[in-house]
Amino acid sequence: MYGWLWLEPVIPFATSAALLIAGRRMGRRAAGWIGTGAIAASTIIAALLTWQFIVHPPSGGAYTQVLWQWFAVAGFHPRISLYLDSLAVVMTLVVSFVSFLIHLYSAEFMAESEGYERFFAYMNLFVASMLTLVLASNLLLLFLGWEGVGLCSYLLIGFWYDDEVNGLAGRKAFIVTRAGDVAMTLGLVLLVTRLGTLDIQELMHRVTLQWHYGAMVAEVAGFLLLGGAVGKSAQFPLQTWLPDAMAGPTPTSALIHAATMVTAGVYLIARLHVLYALAPMAQLAVALAGFITLVIAGFSALTQHDIKRILAYSTISQIGYMFLALGVGAWSAAIFHLVTHAFFKALLFLASGVVIQALHEEHDIFKMGGLRKRLPLAFWCFIFAGSSLAGLPLITAGFYSKGVIMWSAHSSAQGAWWLWAGAMAGAFMTALYTFRLIFVVFYGEPRQAHPPITRYPGPAINWPLGVLGFLSMLAGFIDLPAAMGGREALSGFLTPALPRFLALRPGMGEISSELLASILFFAGVYLIYLFQLQKPGWSAQLAGPGLGDTAHRFWFADWGMDWLYEKTLVHPVAWFARVNKADGVDRIYDGIAWLSEYFHRGLSRTENGRLRWYAGWVTAGAIVLVALAKW
Amino acid sequence: MILVWLLIVLGAAGGLAVLSERWGGDWPRWVTLIGITVDFVIGLAIWIGSEIHPPQGQWLVSLDVNWIPSLGIHFHLALDGLSLLLIMLTFALGMVAVLASWHDITEGIGFFHLNLCWLLAAITGVFLALDLFLFYFAWELMLVPMFLMILIWGHERRRYAAIKFFLFTQISGLLMLISILALYFFHHAATGVYTFEYAQLLNTPLPAGAAVLIMLGFFAAFMVKLPVFPFHTWLPDAHTEASTAGSLVLAGLMLKTGAYGMLRFVLPLFPSAAHELAPYAMVLAAIGIVYGGVLAYAQSDIKRLVAYTSVSHMGFVLLGIFAAALAPPGSSAARWALEGVILEMLCHGFSTGALFLIAGFLQERLHTREMRSMNGLWAVMPRLSGAGLFFALAAIGLPGLGNFVAEFLILMGTFPVSAGLTIVAAIGVLVSTFYGVAMVQHAFHGPNRHNWQAPDLGKREALALVPMMAVLLWLGWYPQPVFNTAAASVEIIANQAARPVAVEARR
Repeated sequence: MYGWLWLEPVIPFATSAALLIAGRRMGRRAAGWIGTGAIAASTIIAALLTWQFIVHPPSGGAYTQVLWQWFAVAGFHPRISLYLDSLAVVMTLVVSFVSFLIHLYSAEFMAESEGYERFFAYMNLFVASMLTLVLASNLLLLFLGWEGVGLCSYLLIGFWYDDEVNGLAGRKAFIVTRAGDVAMTLGLVLLVTRLGTLDIQELMHRVTLQWHYGAMVAEVAGFLLLGGAVGKSAQFPLQTWLPDAMAGPTPTSALIHAATMVTAGVYLIARLHVLYALAPMAQLAVALAGFITLVIAGFSALTQHDIKRILAYSTISQIGYMFLALGVGAWSAAIFHLVTHAFFKALLFLASGVVIQALHEEHDIFKMGGLRKRLPLAFWCFIFAGSSLAGLPLITAGFYSKGVIMWSAHSSAQGAWWLWAGAMAGAFMTALYTFRLIFVVFYGEPRQAHPPITRYPGPAINWPLGVLGFLSMLAGFIDLPAAMGGREALSGFLTPALPRFLALRPGMGEISSELLASILFFAGVYLIYLFQLQKPGWSAQLAGPGLGDTAHRFWFADWGMDWLYEKTLVHPVAWFARVNKADGVDRIYDGIAWLSEYFHRGLSRTENGRLRWYAGWVTAGAIVLVALAKW
Repeated sequence: MILVWLLIVLGAAGGLAVLSERWGGDWPRWVTLIGITVDFVIGLAIWIGSEIHPPQGQWLVSLDVNWIPSLGIHFHLALDGLSLLLIMLTFALGMVAVLASWHDITEGIGFFHLNLCWLLAAITGVFLALDLFLFYFAWELMLVPMFLMILIWGHERRRYAAIKFFLFTQISGLLMLISILALYFFHHAATGVYTFEYAQLLNTPLPAGAAVLIMLGFFAAFMVKLPVFPFHTWLPDAHTEASTAGSLVLAGLMLKTGAYGMLRFVLPLFPSAAHELAPYAMVLAAIGIVYGGVLAYAQSDIKRLVAYTSVSHMGFVLLGIFAAALAPPGSSAARWALEGVILEMLCHGFSTGALFLIAGFLQERLHTREMRSMNGLWAVMPRLSGAGLFFALAAIGLPGLGNFVAEFLILMGTFPVSAGLTIVAAIGVLVSTFYGVAMVQHAFHGPNRHNWQAPDLGKREALALVPMMAVLLWLGWYPQPVFNTAAASVEIIANQAARPVAVEARR
């Protein structure tokens, strides 16, 4: 049974290639079936392997499948091989299953779109790359999946290439994530030159043997790999690409935010937790990146108008929670939130796709309103997923997964009260922006006369929404805090791969932390209800001229990060490229050419056929020679 | 004898191409194609043979005949793993060049194919010659057909480009001639033997100052060919103005002769001088990687863009070569760097060659190379655009394609020598993303605002491109055969380059 593992990434790779080569000849129907079917096949294999893993765990807690030796040069011999441990089991199951639902949804959602076959080819490649990333047994193969994911995000964000704005957003995503990858490449080079291998298990083994706690080289390696992770996971300071990535088709956004791409950084750090446990500064940086990101993205989300941009900032913020968890050593809490987030964020995007399509490509929430009755399914999806995102106490998945992280931020040895306070503030903000979105879009009166909704989603859209809604609520019960029943189905399952979280700082109990989070949730919802629905004037006043307006614009523009990068990096490079297009170095050779022509002209002028002139020069030369000889 | 046949077949094919033109324009094309294919098959047979019966020592095949005994000149050809890989590249790209110019070249067909064949023969000679006189002979012989190919079948500014190319390479070549002669006389002074034989010159004792000067003469010729920043400015003009086949051979093969020269001559003949030069060469390499990338990004002429990417990629080659010269002896770093360099040469030949092909196909259809007047070609020619995307991704070092493995190995080999320059080179990979996506955006994506209508990739064109894709995928997923073939040569070069350090360490 374990022998089937390789099929999991290979099937979508193969169908992607087939669709790219012969997609047009297959026709749209066939392309949709093949694309969705491939992911369904991967999901079935992932599910069977999960079952197998639970019933008959492999010896040593992990199964390794070597496909072939990639290459071997002077002691460096990476293999194309897959590694299935409990972390990989969870990741492959979530990635393939959520991707399958998104594919099913896309088959109907994209039905009218140009380049349907190309879309499925890229989507399959996306999932295949992500599966390679989470299954890779060595960092070089992981990096292959990592770059493949980046490539697919670029291709899919710019999928509707007719509009240059989309192309720009795609390029931005690719370039910003690849900027992080420069650091990651250097990290890999550092690891391999110091430790002689990139095989993850062997590497972690050697790290513990050869590097002591707090060793400089471990810190540097940790920071470099974090560079790659913040790029891919859209964390501070490289988060700027994700909001623009909304230019892609909505299923793509769902895929990027939920199943593939942005969770890659979280996975990478969880996978290398042994290294980070030895590098306290790098691990603190992970926590700080998450902390800063979750707060600033929360503010930005609160000011956006575009329904998808709000969701994008909320993703950035939620991934921030995962980084925070990693930073304080709550490894399995990060994965827990990754899983629940995958469900409710996929649902939010897919449901927003329904709204956008029903309103004929309207993205501005302030042009929507009163859609509760007209799009009941989308409404309920938003209620379920939004509650989960904001952490409606006791009955939603997000409440449990986020609660663990907030509590860990305080109680961990690496934790601190201010990390905990920031996470709480972030939770409050989450309630604010989530319910701002829901109230504005679904309540009140329609703010603009839209043409009547002609297209209602069919079963291929409705089913995925239903399943994800179900999971957004119930997935949280897989792990419960000790005081609420104490179930450890997920964290226990992950234990061999990720060390158990040890709370070192007593002081504040888990229950009081959860209680405060619950109070903040209701306070947030009530506050935004007051501002948006009861007294709409208040919010206008708050964002009115003066400090409010300035802050609003600042947060709207992502804290000026884009502006900063434009001014300090993009413009100088573009300027240099523009002025030096003709290659200044060539002017040197032009100068040499000009000089030799100049002398050529000068000397040819002496050759003028006048005898007197020649005689004069001969005499002058003779005098100089004689003078020199005498002297 | 088989090595001479490689040259004779090409030479004869060139002659036949001219003679057969009277029977029709396709005759020279077929004759040339068959000639190159024969050579390719011979090369393949040697390669497979060497896998089955691994040779003793470095040389797989060799031929040594007295040529001008009074001057100590031999006709000495020999083939090791490094040369084998490069001649395979030569014949593979040679076949592609014929396919690429099938419709591109319509005038002087016979003479064009004569030039192509003899150019390939000269390049093969460069990769095989082990007598320095013979090497120089082949080196200069490359120049003439290339010059003519640019001058006669080039684009608008072909005269300027051809003369510029000629002057740069000729002047630097003369410096090498002086160095070859100096080495010849120094060898005589030390041993009393006049010889141009590589193996004998290897251990010539040289005064330290003289060694540096002589080495610089060699380095000058190779540096201009590679090219090294700031001696690269002939390249964009020559590549842009040459016909498609000309650009293909220039980028794919001629640049490699520079790298080959450094590997075969500069490091082994002058290890300590190379050791002294290495820091400077590596700095120039790093500058070239970033500078070439930014300049490529700046271009709006698609061929010029591709041309500048070569400057960037050859920076990686230079970086790897001299990192190997500085690597501590006995360490793996030198082997990583050198294997990376060799793989980079092959992959660059295919990826950049294919990009030139695509630029040529676009120009045949649209009669422009200006990307500002392209845009939105994906809707019209999806297959050609997809191929363009594929090779652009190869050029930016995407994992799964050979260039990634090569560049990663070079970075690995450079890191123990200089972390700083490794960082610069890694940033160069980011810069490559700029030009890669800029090219795809401006040529293939965006709205088709000029309403281009043109046929998609044809069968003959696909026949040229698809194998190149296959090779890059192969080298990206399983490059081991290349590493194995090159291993013996890499081992020897690494040991030769490490000699001065080893000596110092013993003291």
